Formats: sequence, structure tokens, C-alpha cells
Amino acid sequence: MASFDVIILGGGPAGYICAIRSAQLGLSAAVVEQDKLGGVCVNIGCIPTKALLHSAYIATLLQESKEFGVEASSVKTDYGVAMKRSRRVSDQNSKGVEFLMKKHKITVIKGTGVLQPGKKVKVGSDVHDAKQAVVIATGSRVKGIPQIGLEINKTTVISSDEALLLERVPDSLAIIGAGAVGMEFADIFHAFGVKVTVIEALPRILPLEDAEASDTLSKSYRKRGIEVIAGAKVTKANVGKDKVVLDVEAGGEKKQVTAAAVLMAAGRAVNTENIGLKECGIQLTDRGFIKVDKNLLTTAPGYYAVGDVAGPPMLAHKGFREGAVVAEFIAGQKPHPIKYDNVPSVTYCHPEVASIGLTEEQCKEKKLDYVAGKFPFSANGRARGTGETEGFVKILRDKKYGEILGAHIVGAHASEMIHELAVARENEYTVEEIDLAIHAHPTMSEAIGEAALDSLGRVLHI
Amino acid sequence: MATKVHMEALSPTMEEGRLVKWTKHEGDAVKSGDTLAEVETDKAVMELVARADGQLIKVMVPEGTTVPVGNVVAWIGKPGEKVDGAGSGEQGTAVSKAAPTAPATPATPARTQPAAPPTPAAAPADATRVKASPLAKRIAKDAGVDLKLVQGSGPGGRVIKRDVEAGATQARAVVPAPRSPLPAPSGAAFEDVPLTQIRKTIAKRLAASLGPIPHFFLTTEIDMERAAEAREALNKQLGEDGGKISFNDIIIKAVALALVRHRACNAWFQEDHIRYWNEVHIGMAVAIEDGLITPVIRNADMKTLSEIGAEARELAGRARNRRLKPEEYTGATFSVSNLGMFDIDQFTAVINPPEAGIVAIGSIVAKAVPEGDRVVVRRRLRLTMSCDHRVIDGATGAVFLKTLKQMLENPLAMLL
Repeated sequence: MASFDVIILGGGPAGYICAIRSAQLGLSAAVVEQDKLGGVCVNIGCIPTKALLHSAYIATLLQESKEFGVEASSVKTDYGVAMKRSRRVSDQNSKGVEFLMKKHKITVIKGTGVLQPGKKVKVGSDVHDAKQAVVIATGSRVKGIPQIGLEINKTTVISSDEALLLERVPDSLAIIGAGAVGMEFADIFHAFGVKVTVIEALPRILPLEDAEASDTLSKSYRKRGIEVIAGAKVTKANVGKDKVVLDVEAGGEKKQVTAAAVLMAAGRAVNTENIGLKECGIQLTDRGFIKVDKNLLTTAPGYYAVGDVAGPPMLAHKGFREGAVVAEFIAGQKPHPIKYDNVPSVTYCHPEVASIGLTEEQCKEKKLDYVAGKFPFSANGRARGTGETEGFVKILRDKKYGEILGAHIVGAHASEMIHELAVARENEYTVEEIDLAIHAHPTMSEAIGEAALDSLGRVLHI
Repeated sequence: MATKVHMEALSPTMEEGRLVKWTKHEGDAVKSGDTLAEVETDKAVMELVARADGQLIKVMVPEGTTVPVGNVVAWIGKPGEKVDGAGSGEQGTAVSKAAPTAPATPATPARTQPAAPPTPAAAPADATRVKASPLAKRIAKDAGVDLKLVQGSGPGGRVIKRDVEAGATQARAVVPAPRSPLPAPSGAAFEDVPLTQIRKTIAKRLAASLGPIPHFFLTTEIDMERAAEAREALNKQLGEDGGKISFNDIIIKAVALALVRHRACNAWFQEDHIRYWNEVHIGMAVAIEDGLITPVIRNADMKTLSEIGAEARELAGRARNRRLKPEEYTGATFSVSNLGMFDIDQFTAVINPPEAGIVAIGSIVAKAVPEGDRVVVRRRLRLTMSCDHRVIDGATGAVFLKTLKQMLENPLAMLL
């Protein structure tokens, strides 16, 4: 039995950042982790997929390199090699988190933690005592759809967990769910020669993104030979030994999709079971997340929740911020409140999709008086040079005051470019300040300045 | 690293401040937000607060000294920490000019004194600068919100959108139908109406003939008998505990309500436009030892007599002690000056620009007045309105005064 100021249940992004920030503020902290430090993000999420996406990018680039005067005679892909590299990257990152824990003198308790009343956490037979607070950061996991017979069996019906560890790719793959995870795996597997079909229940792929972003990505995928079926309902699944047959209904038509495997990428379930929530008086919301107030305090005093368990968006960077903010609360500080309407959203497929703030559809729904400024990368010199002319920058400007209501980027490096708009929105810059900031030429980022100008009716390069 | 305590601009117009009294002394522990000293500005005695935690390790200025805004008056740091004593005479500009020419090479390891960063050249300007986001600035400009009066909730007290919006939505919900040429009141705090050619000509000609502000005066005698009765009854009702309602409170309330009905008088002359206010903020002239100041009763039309009374007493008390904050004596849309307590029968008050009018209140005196065919004794008040002719024409002022007279002669009308 040991005693700490703060005990954090879960060593994923929200948990480990909470521990580091607590330590920085002079609190003694312990992290309880049953698996590897870094959580889903580092081990079976953000990080390894980015490694695989880069392999996919190289494969695609080499196939198209002849046009650039570089001919690769025979391009062969080996998913097993790419996978092993992605594992090394994940392991490096997980070791990095371990190092950070040591650096900040944070105790890492290996095992499965269960909360007990009185700010206690039981791990195995040991009970640890939190003097100030317990922070729940247990994260989330993949889920199947058992209702239609698509329970994850790890062979023909897999989740991202298995997809990340495949030695060999299947001949064909049906991906159910066209959110960020589905779209990224579609990109990866297509580049490794798999016949990919993406099936989305909602009317368009990346349903949370701006409709123009969805359309652009949809066209790009179809052009490359990835089949995209949106507004589709899987009515029945016939799971065989080496193939799966899906009955799909879309737009009033019925069709069958046959694939060697199905990848379930439709939503995640939060890890709230068997961790003693009920015993401590910690309530859940209707949607199954842990109920928290604006300071991320649960319904039980002394117990906070951060990251995926605390509610959407289920993004590592949202968890990072929540972890840091909660540590500051616990240390008696008054942190700047988190602006949940200013969390960037990124899909790292090719072309990348990144956004912040409202979509054009949301502006219409809210009856806001807005102007959409847009600039296509096809008119951007740098993009032409690299042959990455797909996509656009779109800025939604409030007509009266020039407020940046939302921004959407589809294109190469969109994930890196969105932060100019995140900083702008955080500081309440208007489109005029975006324009006033001189953008280097030639860069993809010039398209942001041009989109700002377009929203003012003064676009220069189209 | 020790932190400097600068003389701050505690009022919008302050250029220097007299350090009246140190409330913390060398060696005292201080927390950010603690009052360090009392400083007399051009308008009031204000508090200088700590911007850092630690110990007040050095006081640079003795009590009674007058210090320009931006100069260092003290240091906050760790106990025992040494500071650069030369900081006392430091003039922001002189020092910072020297700073960039200093060698950029790292200091020698022997250096023991923590080097405080030189005061930035812009220090005096920074102290008066309002930290606000570009978006907040735009909304404030449009809504006529003075950013200096807005409490910022962003990082480091930066004024952000929601702060300005909170300030702007204090506008009244209901305003009676306006008389031409005013546009219908919007949700904003006021409407800016560009000057018409005739109005420009009126403004120019009258200003040229009568001085910067072309005053004219309207006097009316008001029967205060019923107001006096109402006041007595109300004060009886309030009993001993509640604060008493004064004639001044009743007049402020009546003026505010009359302004709601006559928005043409509730305005600021702004050189190229007239700002017609939808909010009514009454400036109340208060005589103080060496002058006068007009604390503002905001949204006086929406406040009860007791609220106005309590606020007026509190503001007047602090005005006399020179403890008003800048936001408490700026932003009035119309003023009231009362010399009734000095047995003045009638006087004319000078307009407080950019306001367009002020009413001057004389004593309430018992007079013999005809009522039908007999003579009765009634309590009467002579009230004179000074009008800025560039904004208010004779008839405009007269109809406003008529409403004001009706309200005071029949206080029940205020309930309408």
C-alpha cells in the first residue's frame, strides 16, 4: 500500500500527461497501466497508423514517379515489413513515455486498477491511497456490430487492433465505417494492393467533416479505385472461414459485397466496466461516457475523468489537454477553460483532411450570416510543383465581424496547416489578421491567406 | 528572477501618480492581487496591486512621491534575492534604448545578480493599452462598448468576444417607439446616425457663434407637492432600517424615464455623427473638496428608487473620498446637477461633453401659488436644462422637460 497525491487510472495520452503536469506542479503521482504506456494512441492507434500511412505514401509515390523523371523498375510492397517498422515506431514512443515517467519521478503501477470509495485504487491485492484525487483515464476500445453478425473474430472480422499486426494483407477488404480510422486503413490497404470497399451508414464519408471535404475525398478515392458506398446499411453478414459476404442496401438498391476480410471501423466503446465506478458513486451519461462537470469532476468528489471516457471528441489531443487541465485544478490552479469548439480534427489519409470549428452545414443550420472563402490547391504553385493539387482550403467567415467560424483543408499536409487557423481562432483573429500575416511563397499555406482573401471578395490568384 | 512593480495607469488619462501610502512593506509576503500601495491619480485614490507572488523585497519610492506611469516603484521576488537598485530612476525609454546595444554574448559565470529584463520601451503605453482580441475590438467598436470598462476573461485579462458580448447585451429590452429621425432601437447599446447636411450646418454655425458647445437653457417650475408626499410615504414604508429616498433619487429616476421617452436628448455629439443611446446612464455631479466629479448610475431607468438611492449614496461617499474607479465616473449619457441643498433657487449647469444635456436642480421651496381662485402654499422646484444645440433643438428639449415635469408632478406616472 502506497500513498500518492494523485493516482491516474490509465497510461494513455490523457493519463500520462495528467501525471507529468501533476509532477511539474509538485504533486506525487502514480499511473496504473495494465498494458503498455502510451495507450491506444501510441501502441495501436495514432502512431503506428501514421507509420503505415507513410509506407502507403511511398508506394503510391513510386508508382507515379515516372512522370517526375524517376522510374522505379518494379515496385514491390510487403505489408509485413511495413507493419514491423510501425511496431518499432510504437515501441520507441512507448519507451519515450516510460522515460518521461522516470524523468518526472512518476510511479508506474503495472496491473488493472479498480476504484474504491475514499479515493483508493486497488491493483491486484494492493490498495493505493490518493491524498488529493483519482483521475480516470481508461480510454476506449474497438467494437464490432454483433447485432448483424459482425462480431470481431480476429480472422475474417477484424478491428484496427488486428489490422495493425497483419503479416500479410488479404486480397480484398471491406471496411465498415468511413470515419478517420476507416478512411486511413482504406488508404493503407489500397496502396498495398488490396481491393478495398468502404461502407458508411451515414449519407457521406467522414460524416463529421464539411460536405465539400467529404465529396473531394470521396472523388479522390474512387479515382484511385477504392469503392466507396455511403448511405449504406449492412442488413446481413455471412461470415465464412475465408470470406465474408455482406448484404448492403444503399439508395434503395441491394447489393452484395464479398471480401476476404471485414475491418470494423464504426465507433469505439469506452472502458467503463469493472473499474468500480458504481461503487464510488460515479455516474455515466446516457451515451455511456463518465458524467463530468466543466472542471471534469465526476459525480463523486475527488474523482476526475479525462480523455475518451470523459466524452467526445475521442481524440488524443483533446485528452492531452484535459489531462493537463485536471492536474492544474488538483494543484489548486485556475487553468484556462478548454475550448471544445476549437479542437482540430484530422484524418491522415491521402489527401489529408483537417478542420476546425463549424462546417458550412452547421453554419446554415445555425442560420449564421457567413461567407465561404475558398482556394483550390490546383491554383497553388507549390502544390503544382509537388503534384499535390487535390483539395482546397475553405474558411467560413462571419459576415459582420470577420470571425473565423470554421476552416476546412483537404490536401497534402492539411494536418500541419490547420494550426494556423487553430491559433487564429484561439486568439480571436479575424480573416483580416490571417491575410495581414505574410505567408511565405511558394507554400501550401499561401492557400490559407488566399481563402481568407476570398472570403473578403479579394482573392488574388484565381 | 525578481519582478518589477510598475506605476500603472489606473485611470484612462493618468500620466503620473502620487504614491500616497505603502500598504505592504519590505519583507512582507505578497500574493498576486494583493494591494501594495494607495496611489492618487488625476481622478481618485486607487489601489496598486501585486502582479506576482513572493516577497516585497525592495521599495524604490517613498510615500508622497509622484511617479510617472511605467516607472518601477518596487520589486517582488524571493526572500534574500538581490535586485538592481538603479531601477529607481529608470525611465522606460532611456533604459530600453540602451538594451539592444548591449553585447549579445552570454554573461560571465561570475555574474551573481539576477539580471532583470530592461523595461520595454513601450512600458508606459502598455500600461494604458487595452488587451483585447481583434474580434472583441471589432464587436466593441460596433456595439459602442468601451473596452477599458470591460473586464477581460482571456489569458492575462485579455478582453475576448464573450466579455464584450456580455457588456453589450445589458441593453434594455423594451424601448418606446422612437420619434423621427431616429431609427428603431436595435438590440445594441446605441445607434450612430450620420449627421445630415442641415444638422452639420446647425452644428457648425451654432458652435461658431456660441463657443465649442452651443448651450441654450430651458427653465421650468415644477410642483413637488405630490412627489414630496410620495417620498414621505415611501420613507415611512422603508422604516428605520432601509436607506431613505431623497428628492435627488426621485429626480434621477424621473430624468432617466423621461430620457427613455425622449431618446433625442439621450445622446452624444461625436463630431461627424450623433450617438443616440438606448441605455440611460445618469451622471450625478458630486462636489468634492477640490472640484467635482460625476459618478454614473448605470441603467438608472431600470433601477428602483431604493436601488438608485443606495447607489447614489455609495458612489457619492466614495467620490468624496476619491475612491471611484474610472469606470464609475465615465460613460454617462446625461447628467443631473443638484445645488438644492445650498439654497440655490435656480442655476444653469455646464454640459459635460460628449453628453448633450444636463439638468440643474434648485431648492425645493414653499411658495404661494394660485389654485383656481385662491392662493395655496405648495412646494416648488425650479429646474433648468442646458442643451447642446447641435443635438437638441428648443422644441426637443421642451417636450422632454414637459414629460419630466409631468412625472415629477404626478410620480405615479413613473409607474406607467
